[in-house]
Amino acid sequence: MKKQLVVIGNGMVGHHFAEQWMASEMAADYELHVFAEENQRAYDRVHLSEYFEQQSSAHLQLGDDGFYALPGIHLHLNEAVITLDREAKSVTTAQGQYSYDTLVFATGSYPFVPPIDGRELDHCCVYRTLQDLDVIRASAQGATRGVVVGGGLLGLEAANALRMLGLEAHVVEFAPRLMPVQLDSDAGSLLRTKIEDLGVKVHTEKTTRKIIPGDEQRLRMCFADETYLETDLIVFSAGIRPQDQLAREAGLRLGERGGIAVDQHCRTSDPSIYAIGECAVWNNQQYGLVAPGYTMARVAAAHMIGNVGTTFTGADMSTKLKLLGVDVGSIGDAHGATPGALNYRYSNEIEGVYRRLVVSADGSKLLGAILVGDNSYYDTLLQYALNGIELPEYPESLILPESSGTGAPSLGASALPYEATLCSCHNVTKGDICEAMNDGAVSLSDIKSMTKAATGCGGCAAMVKTVFESELEARGVQVDKSICEHFSHTRQELFHLVKVEGIQTFDELIERHGQGGGCEICKPAVASILASVWNEHVHETKHLPLQDTNDTFMANMQKNGTYSVVPRIPGGEITPKMLIKIGEVGEKYNLYTKITGGQRIDLFGATLDELPLIWEELIAAGFETGHAYGKSLRTVKSCIGDTWCRYGVQDSMTMAIRLENRYKGMRSPHKVKMAVSGCTRECAEAQSKDIGVIATENGWNLYVCGNGGMKPRHADLFATDLDDETLIRYIDRVLMFYVYTADRLQRTSVWLENLQGGLKYLKEVVIEDSLGLAEELETRMQHIVDTYQCEWKTAINDSEKRKRFRSYVNASEPRKARIQLIEERGQLIPARMITEEEVA
Amino acid sequence: MNAALTASLQWQNVCHRKDLVPHSGIAVMLGKEPVAVFWLPGHDTELYAIGHTDPFSGSEVLAHGILCESQGIWSVASPLYKQHFRLDTGRCIETPDVGVDVWAVRMEQDWVQIGKVLIG
Ligand code: SRM
Ligand SMILES: Cc1cc2nc3c(=O)[nH]c(=O)nc-3n(C[C@H](O)[C@H](O)[C@H](O)COP(=O)(O)OP(=O)(O)OC[C@H]3O[C@@H](n4cnc5c(N)ncnc54)[C@H](O)[C@@H]3O)c2cc1C
Ligand code: SF4
Ligand code: FES
Repeated sequence: MKKQLVVIGNGMVGHHFAEQWMASEMAADYELHVFAEENQRAYDRVHLSEYFEQQSSAHLQLGDDGFYALPGIHLHLNEAVITLDREAKSVTTAQGQYSYDTLVFATGSYPFVPPIDGRELDHCCVYRTLQDLDVIRASAQGATRGVVVGGGLLGLEAANALRMLGLEAHVVEFAPRLMPVQLDSDAGSLLRTKIEDLGVKVHTEKTTRKIIPGDEQRLRMCFADETYLETDLIVFSAGIRPQDQLAREAGLRLGERGGIAVDQHCRTSDPSIYAIGECAVWNNQQYGLVAPGYTMARVAAAHMIGNVGTTFTGADMSTKLKLLGVDVGSIGDAHGATPGALNYRYSNEIEGVYRRLVVSADGSKLLGAILVGDNSYYDTLLQYALNGIELPEYPESLILPESSGTGAPSLGASALPYEATLCSCHNVTKGDICEAMNDGAVSLSDIKSMTKAATGCGGCAAMVKTVFESELEARGVQVDKSICEHFSHTRQELFHLVKVEGIQTFDELIERHGQGGGCEICKPAVASILASVWNEHVHETKHLPLQDTNDTFMANMQKNGTYSVVPRIPGGEITPKMLIKIGEVGEKYNLYTKITGGQRIDLFGATLDELPLIWEELIAAGFETGHAYGKSLRTVKSCIGDTWCRYGVQDSMTMAIRLENRYKGMRSPHKVKMAVSGCTRECAEAQSKDIGVIATENGWNLYVCGNGGMKPRHADLFATDLDDETLIRYIDRVLMFYVYTADRLQRTSVWLENLQGGLKYLKEVVIEDSLGLAEELETRMQHIVDTYQCEWKTAINDSEKRKRFRSYVNASEPRKARIQLIEERGQLIPARMITEEEVA
Repeated sequence: MNAALTASLQWQNVCHRKDLVPHSGIAVMLGKEPVAVFWLPGHDTELYAIGHTDPFSGSEVLAHGILCESQGIWSVASPLYKQHFRLDTGRCIETPDVGVDVWAVRMEQDWVQIGKVLIG
């Protein structure tokens, strides 16, 4: 007869164990019996609350339908184990008696209900199983208010569930703050404010003495401070306790505070009995998360088949979740309990974010962290903490907002060590992902099915994707870069299709090559491609709905809904008369006026109605649009060069103006900046521009793909001592090749870094014409130069186009009357804070 | 919307068909309230009217966002911080607790009319 392996409990961990076991070579020698107290097979308890949203539990089921039908496995649903006889090595259920050779406890936890008088009344519920949720749903019928006892992680989740059932939700917490285990008091009170803003009432430092029938509502909770709260239903979520009763009765050794004590192989005090998941305690510690439970399942299975090298020695309890839509994260030693630990804190009450770093005494390692309001910082911080990665010189940079507002800094995937654990639910390291790729995984779903990464709590999904893609790239594989759900093409492919098939409109393109109605990603990308290829006015009716407001109204929208006006000032050269004109216009329309970082002048605060009036005056004075809004040429910065400067060796001003006028009409994947310096002293900072030109005794040196913005990049020297005409030819080719092949919103710096073959390849294409494309690239650029029009000039001369610039199509009330401005240093700026009433 | 409610609405002309921009939006004033009107010619529902003020910035900008479709649901992406607001319910897709008002809107003999009773 085959040996008998019995598992008590078919929860998340019991199921994971069964899967591990069935995949092992010993499975064939055993009969596996799994006993489940619940009446359905294992389901995803982590996402239990989705049962309320989806009205069904089918999607929560774990494992394939066929799994428990495999030969050698027997699932006993609705059959709880009642007694364990260790002498006889058998368990009994209501249905019968079963003997075992090896036994595994996976009985999980039960919700702790504090011993309060009245807790057994109707409408007092708990939150653990699908059945519990059915009870709560039934109780919510005809109810108006629900109270959750316990302001921890699960309690807040339960409060959200009550809210979704249409109840007024209250949370009653015994401690002075919410989530006392994971958060400090600043974080707890911020979370409280956010949750109260969502309409959940929070009562802290309240101890419930008894529950009695209510007057107005079904129940009345009487608190120790003599106050009371009436409610129609109560959900207890005051913690969990390991389900250890059977083990206790059978005389197995327990932990100090309960739970079945196990060693590093997850073995109990009886060598033929193991315990895994929430019913087990290692080192007196219970692990109330699924990831450590899964690790225990793997360790126990490994030990049974004779692998003693895999051990369980504690687990990371970091958590990241969205509670009632509020991001909360807690990593490692969040409270700074380690001796000597030091803290960094960032708190922004206006935006409602709080971040705390706990670092080692010498400031070199991250011990823990707390996040409220923005979890984009979580993945990177977790990697620092888990892998003991050396912190940067200024650790606070990891939690300070980036001034550019691009969110959390990320730790490059390539910087992670191979041992770095990415997915703690399934214990998948970066090395495992690489191995799966060696074994043929070519998509994210391959990775998921081969390694199981990102299939547990899902918290690691973004990180796994980044690592997978960076590995693919490292192997020279093209990563799926579909621009959005409407087109499964890259920008380059779309560009090619538009050009080759002569496609003129978005509708035509989406009909032939896409699906659905488009979005804010594909519409502007296609508009930019159409403009690069056909160079039609952005205001043609067919292109209008594709543009973001900046392109539609040919001005950049500012934070208060007004727009900015930036006339072109090629090379920064301007006559005093023109300067005065700008001054006059600024004064007349009361615009805030500033010299920009790009050698020109920006006028801020114009309303839609004012834009055409302002431009009318500027154009009459000889100005043109500066394209500060488009993905197009911004400025060609210049120094004064040999015109005035004693060191200048070429006429940098004339060259800069020539370049600016040549490329000003171009639409490109991202904006393009250029500069021309009159000598090697480089006063125009040409080496930080997309196209940089520096004068030499013999001509010009051309630099390409520099950047000064978010991630500065020094431009590469591309060619030396060029004459004027060759310089222009090369720039034409480089730019058009960029327009042909870059991704959307990819600056030339990033484009070059991602271009296979890099600078050498670019030189081959542009200088040696290795693709035979040079002539086409030049012709296309010439077409753009020849069809240039000042978009503002076209717009103000067309009454139909001007109609678009009405702030309200049916009101004569000027928009400006509704905008709050205050004076600062003699000019008007947006009122700094808009209060609730003003917004409403 | 049910027939009884439709009947009880006070319809008010806000603009002419010619003021609309296909597949995009315009702003109108409804009393003191700025409203964004979107036009999707050729779709099942052609007209939508939602609040013009972006709740995240407090600025009147929503009519000037790009219209987006995802799984048959239409929304407008705020031109400032790019949150999506559903045209049918006014809910913000990224933060469903935030939303803008929604009005009944229809075309009567080339006039766009908004129902004066708030429906969403
Ligand atoms: C006005 C100005 C700041 C100033 O007061 O001086 C400015 C203002 C803006 N910059 Fe800038 N940048 C200005 C010079 C710069 C410079 C310096 C330069 O050009 O010499 C840089 C770094 C150089 C570079 O780009 O490599 C710069 C790097 C950025 C970036 C980061 C780009 C990057 O790829 O790293 C952005 C964001 C973006 O484009 O995605 C940005 C975006 C913006 C936007 C468009 C943000 C927005 O979407 O609202 C600002 C709106 C301008 C407006 O409303 O008119 N701005 N910005 C400068 C206008 C120059 C001009 O006359 O056109
Ligand atoms: C609402 C909610 C949200 C959660 N969110 C997260 C989260 O975001 N991240 C995270 O990591 N964890 C989360 N958890 C915790 C996670 O679900 C548990 O850690 C995990 O389910 C533990 O698995 P387990 O198998 O040990 O216990 P359980 O899943 O509880 O399974 C134990 C099973 O054993 C059965 N059983 C008990 N006694 C017997 C017996 N005598 N005979 C037969 N069967 C028996 C029980 O009925 C139960 O089905 C959440 C839990 C809940 C309730
Ligand atoms: S780079 Fe400096 S030194 Fe050279 S011409 Fe310009 S200003 Fe003069
Ligand atoms: S960490 Fe939970 S799924 Fe990967």
